[in-house]
Parts: sequence; C-alpha cells; structure tokens
Amino acid sequence: MSEANTTAKRGSVVGVSPAEWRGLGQHPILMKGNEAIAEAAIQAGCKAFFGYPITPQNEVPEYMSAHMERRAQETGGAQGGVFVQAESEVAAINMCYGAAATGARVMTSSSSPGMALKQEGISYMSGADLPVFMVNVSRCGPGLGGILPAQGDYFMATRGGGNGDYRTPVYAPAYIQEAADLTFHAFDVAEKYRTPVMMLIDGMLGQMMEPVEIKPRPPIAADKSWCTDGDTSNRKPRVINSLSLLGDVLEQQNIERFQKYAQIERECVLVENTVQEGDEIAIVAYGVPARIAQNAIEELAAKGIRAGLVRPITLWPFPYDTFQQLPASVKNILVIELSMGQMVEDVKLGVNGTRPVHFHGRSGGMVFEPAEIADKVREIISTSSKGDL
Amino acid sequence: MNKMVFSGFGGQGILVLAEVVATLAMKKGNHVTWMPSYGAEMRGGTANCAVITSDRIIGSPLVQSNIDILVAMNQPSVDKFLPKVRAGGLVLVNASIVTEDVQARRTDVDVLAIDATNIAVDIGNLRVANMVMLAGFLKKTDLFTLDDITDVLHERFAGARSKDLIPLNVQAIERGLM
Amino acid sequence: MAAKIIYEKSRGLTDASFHYCPGCSHGTIHKLVAESLVELDILERTISIAPVGCAVLAYNYFNCDGIQAAHGRAPAVATGVKRVQPDKIVFAYQGDGDLASIGTAEIIHAAHRGENITVIFVNNAIYGMTGGQMAPTTLINQKTTTSPYGRFEETTGKPLLVSEMMATIPGATYIERVSVHDHAHILRAKRAIKKAFEYQVAGKGFAMIEILAACPIGWGLSPVDSMAFIKDAMVPYYPLGLYCDRAAQGGAQ
Repeated sequence: MSEANTTAKRGSVVGVSPAEWRGLGQHPILMKGNEAIAEAAIQAGCKAFFGYPITPQNEVPEYMSAHMERRAQETGGAQGGVFVQAESEVAAINMCYGAAATGARVMTSSSSPGMALKQEGISYMSGADLPVFMVNVSRCGPGLGGILPAQGDYFMATRGGGNGDYRTPVYAPAYIQEAADLTFHAFDVAEKYRTPVMMLIDGMLGQMMEPVEIKPRPPIAADKSWCTDGDTSNRKPRVINSLSLLGDVLEQQNIERFQKYAQIERECVLVENTVQEGDEIAIVAYGVPARIAQNAIEELAAKGIRAGLVRPITLWPFPYDTFQQLPASVKNILVIELSMGQMVEDVKLGVNGTRPVHFHGRSGGMVFEPAEIADKVREIISTSSKGDL
Repeated sequence: MNKMVFSGFGGQGILVLAEVVATLAMKKGNHVTWMPSYGAEMRGGTANCAVITSDRIIGSPLVQSNIDILVAMNQPSVDKFLPKVRAGGLVLVNASIVTEDVQARRTDVDVLAIDATNIAVDIGNLRVANMVMLAGFLKKTDLFTLDDITDVLHERFAGARSKDLIPLNVQAIERGLM
Repeated sequence: MAAKIIYEKSRGLTDASFHYCPGCSHGTIHKLVAESLVELDILERTISIAPVGCAVLAYNYFNCDGIQAAHGRAPAVATGVKRVQPDKIVFAYQGDGDLASIGTAEIIHAAHRGENITVIFVNNAIYGMTGGQMAPTTLINQKTTTSPYGRFEETTGKPLLVSEMMATIPGATYIERVSVHDHAHILRAKRAIKKAFEYQVAGKGFAMIEILAACPIGWGLSPVDSMAFIKDAMVPYYPLGLYCDRAAQGGAQ
C-alpha cells in the first residue's frame, strides 16, 4: 500500500496520523488486538474496568483482571486500578456510570449482544454527560447469532443505540497499532466532551496479532468540577442524573448537548482517503474489510483498473465531506461491509446523489476475499451499472 | 511477502508455533499478521492460524488462497489446505500422523515430511511436536536461523520455572533437522 | 429562661420541600438516614444513589453528593462508586419495584461480592410512582391497578421475602427488617440504619435494611389506616427483626 497518497483529517483534540499508526514501532511486540487495547487503556490512565464474559472480547477482561490491580501495586497507583467482573453487561455499564460520576477514567468491553444490553447505561451516561470508553468486539447476529466477525452493529453504534436523543463518537480502527493509539485518543475525547465513546472492531481485529508499540502520552487536562466524588467538606453537594421532568428544561439540555455534538462533528472526524485524480471508483470500507479492499485495489491496479479507498476511522462523526471532495474521475462508489448494508446509508448521505452508490456485503460471519471485491468492481465498471443514487 | 497457514488438531500447539514464526519474522523487521480461526473450533477440533509476513504494510490478514507455506499437523489439515497452496509453495507435513504421500497428490509443490509427533514422544514430551516442525523452516527457507529461534525461546520462556523448557524445545528442533 | 431548641431538621437534609404524598413514609426514612449520616460525622464524605421510583428525586433532599441510577441498578452504580472511592460512604436507596423486581440481579450480586455499601430498601408493597401497580411484595388479595381483583397466588406467586432471601447470601454482612408505623418502631429503624452505616465506616461489608413503609395513595387508605395496615397486614407476613449479622459472628463468610 502506498503511504504517500494517504490523506487524513486530523482530530483537533490530539494530533493523530493514520500513516504513523501503520508504521512499525522501534520496539514492537506481538499482541492480540484485544490485549493491545487493554494495555493501552491501562497506560491511558483507566482506573476501573467493569465487564462480563462474552466471545470474542474475552481477552480484554482477562487482561484487565491480570493487570489492573497488580499494576496499581507496582506503580503505587500511578497506573491500574479496579477490575470487577459484573453479574451482567447491564450491571457492568451501570458500574461504569457510578465510577465515572466520581471523575475516574472508566472502561467496559463486550460483544454485540452484550453491547445491546449496555444500551440502557449508555443512554443514561449520555443523558448525564459522563465519559466512558467502551469496546465492542462485534460478532454476527441478530440474536445470539454467532461469534464470527461481522459489522452488523453499525446502526446500534452510530445512531445512539439506546433511548432518547444522543450520539456517541465511534472509532473503527483497522490495524492493531491504530487501535492502541486510538484508545488513548478515545479516553481524551470522552473526557473533553463528557460523552461515552465507543471503539467498534470485529472479532478479526480483536483476535489477531500484529506488532504493536504502546505509546503512552499524558491525558488531556479535563475539567472535573462536575463530579460527585463525595467530598462536600468545602463545596456544595453535586448531582449526577439524567432525569428532567420539565419539558422546557430538558429541551434546553438537549439543545446544548447537540451543540456539543456539532462541535464533535467539526473537530473529531477521522478518515483515511487514498483516492486520487484518475481513479475510476472509490471503495468505502471500515475496519479489517478496508484492508481486504486494499488488496483488491492492488489486484485491480495490476490489471490497469484504478480504484481508491475511503476508510472512515470515525463512524460517528461520519466523514460526509470526503464524498463531496472526490475527484471528478470517480464515476462510481462501492461500499463493502460485513453486513447486509448499514454504513452504505451514510455514504449515500455523503455522496448526496452525485454518483451511483453500489453495495457488496457479506453476513453471518462470512468474509469477502479480495478477488470477490475486485470482481464486483469490474462488474460495476463494465456494465455501467446504475447503482443507487 | 509470505502467506502461511498452520493447521492441526486443537492441542497440537498450532497457535504457539505460528506465533513463534510470526515473532521471528517481526524481529527481522517485517510487518506481520497472526490470525487464528477463533471460537468453537478451538475446543478440540481443528485449529488453524494464518500468518502473513511482508516488508510492506499488510492488507487483509486472512489467507484464503495462494498459500506460500503450509504446516499441516494432521490429515484434515492436508485435505483442507493443500489445494490452496500455490504452485511452487512449501508444504511441511507431520508424517507421524499424516501417512498419505502428499507429494503424490501435489507434484507442483515442495513437500517435506517430518516425523514430528514421534520425535516429540521420543524425547519425552508430546507437546513439543510443534517445535519439531520448525526444523522444516530451517531446512527449506532462509527466513530465520536456529540462533534466532533460541533467542525467541529465551524471551518466551523467561520465567524461572519455564526456563527448563528451552533445552527441550531446542532438542526438538535439532532432532527434526536430523 | 432563654429559648432552647429541642428539635430541628437534620442538616443531613437540604431545605427542599419533599414531593412525597401525605402519609408517605419516605420523609420519615429520609430523616432517619440523614440523622445517621450527621451523627456519624460522615455526611461530608457520603454519596447517595437514588433509584427509579418515588425516591427518584432523593438527591434533592440528602445534603450530600447524589447520583441518580437506572431502574434497579443502584447497587451496581454504588459498586462503581465505592470501588474507585473506597474511603467514601455510599448508600443506595431503593423501593420494592426497583430492588425486588427489576433489580434482583444487582442487589443479589452486590451482596454476593460483599460490597462495602449500605442499602436502604423501602418496602411498601406497591409501585407508588407509576400509579399503584402490583409489586413482588404486594400481599395476597391486595388490590392494585394491575391486580384489580386482588393478588392471586395461583398466577402471581407469593410475596417475595427479600430480607430472608438476602440473608442466605454468604457475602451479606448485615440484613435487618424494620418498620416505621409507630414511634417505637421508628426508633428501632433508626438504630438499624445507623448500625448499617457504622458497619460501612468500619469496612465490615454489605448491609441492607428493609423498611416496611406506607403508601396511603397507592393503597387507597388514609395515613392513619395505612399505619394500621403495616402493623396488621404487613408485619405478620414480613416478620421484623435481624436476619443476619455476620460481623457479630466474625464477619461475612
């Protein structure tokens, strides 16, 4: 993959560069995605982890159980903290709610059905403006589904998921180094904007290993003047809640929260865009499927067909603008997902009828091969298929 | 770039063998992906793991075709993955369990039969059969040396108790080279 | 002779007026909790967890930091708070719909883990906030808006004996059932609540005080008749007393 033509918007909270994520560190170690995220979280200052077993995310709570309390002992409390295996995902997210209310950096992880159960707490935390870092190592569904990789949780992740008017920033790394680096970033974003933040990966990225270097950096200085840490000896009591029975008051709260979301949309979009003038088609994919698309693009290039990749790294806020800035040579858009088609709706919003948008998805844990994507591209180009406008 | 598949029964140390090879490649400055078939298959069934090494950034971590190196520790692994090895690829077969003449089935690949399980039993620990297969890499490729392997083993078994395992593992590889 | 104050509102309560109905027991119970926090000199380091139910606004009344929890999840929220603030005093205040119905998993497992928290469990045998529906603790033949002909054992079971159940959990330190239907019982309730907080201060583990309470509006009774209902109908089914004190016996098992 050529790195020279990689462009990425930079989040304004902390400078991050996808090209850097994909380079090899000086002293890389081989780590599973799940473990790299867990270690990065500890080094990012996570003070409490609450979780519940579910495949394929189990390495996260297992790693935290092995390291959180031990690290706190080893570092005199500078790193590490509390690990609790909750009685359910519902309890785990509500433990996050309590711990976050005191101002601590907190984390939970789960997989699709478990994330569905957590929606109650995510909605409450959004309504109470509490930060939490959540990892969804997603699997195929609906229902119990299976444990194979899938991207069917896109809507749940990007549309709020639970009840009421809210959004959560969603990060979708495609590389383990990127997942580790984005973990630091996600904790900062959660605290700066006082919002739950999700990392959405599939079981492939969670279970695979790549060389990774955990690159710690100090957390941002966040305002904690709101937290209910219980010490009222020198201040008035504070309240953390999402209850608001008066319509005008709640409406005003929601308006202000959406002003915050508008700020996040301005400041936090991350996208990798390798599309260049002369490319005939843009393939849009996130997570590991974007890597499969990259192989397809190389296969096509060898046959003289020019394609580029748009890889949203934040799924919300979504990089809608990128689709308005594509070069004129791009006549078609192909969205590939490990789902029956979810992100494709956001792509259509971004493309806004300027080009046909085609979709190719696999589901149930089936994963497309690069040749399958390349075939789809050839079919689109050769038939001048209309796609959806 | 090398696309490898390691496959065998759960419990044959497939994932560890693949991890050792991936670590060796990483230490040579390569990009590496290690991708297990995870889930229910782990429990007693057939386990397999894809490893890709490359001097460039790796796209898909999956190895679905054009396998460069296949390590097959049992017959189901041969049946499943031999057809996906590219012409001219390398196939390392655990001859203690796979009795079929694999070379006869695919004359366009390079097959090396290693008596891995029997050697492991012979030196007293069935669980090092995976390490015996490393001898095949030393014989047939220039990806790494025995010294490289012992360096990785020293890192992997750094603990006081597990240190005793290093000589056993080295012995397993050396027997495989004979 | 100079005027002498013989009674005043506890400074453990704010000046906000209660929203509770006439004859409701929440006000009395709030007072007992607030007095205990002040008397033990822990108010300035206490965090309250309010439930979903009639006490959802409890954070407006207790003069300490407060967190409002999702329905039934107060023990999980309290766990999260206490684990990262172990030197603070954390109590969950829950009703019977909250604790004994939707929150059974959370209360059982908070006790199971031996969380060093205090739970105030207000059992008034009905869902008050939502308009008087049947609770797991509603008595047999008691009429509610979802048992309009009375609670039938055949289809809804027998009222859940929460203290008895909680006392079976090895991780629970202190479980007691009290009542607030008359002055003598209110004093006993106060002693139990204060003891539960003393246990938390001493790090002795999980304590839950079940308090039989009145819901005159939900029951369709006058405040006076409601007190009689507690005494004559509830106490016989829900025996008052100590259900476990594993600290006295040398700590939770």
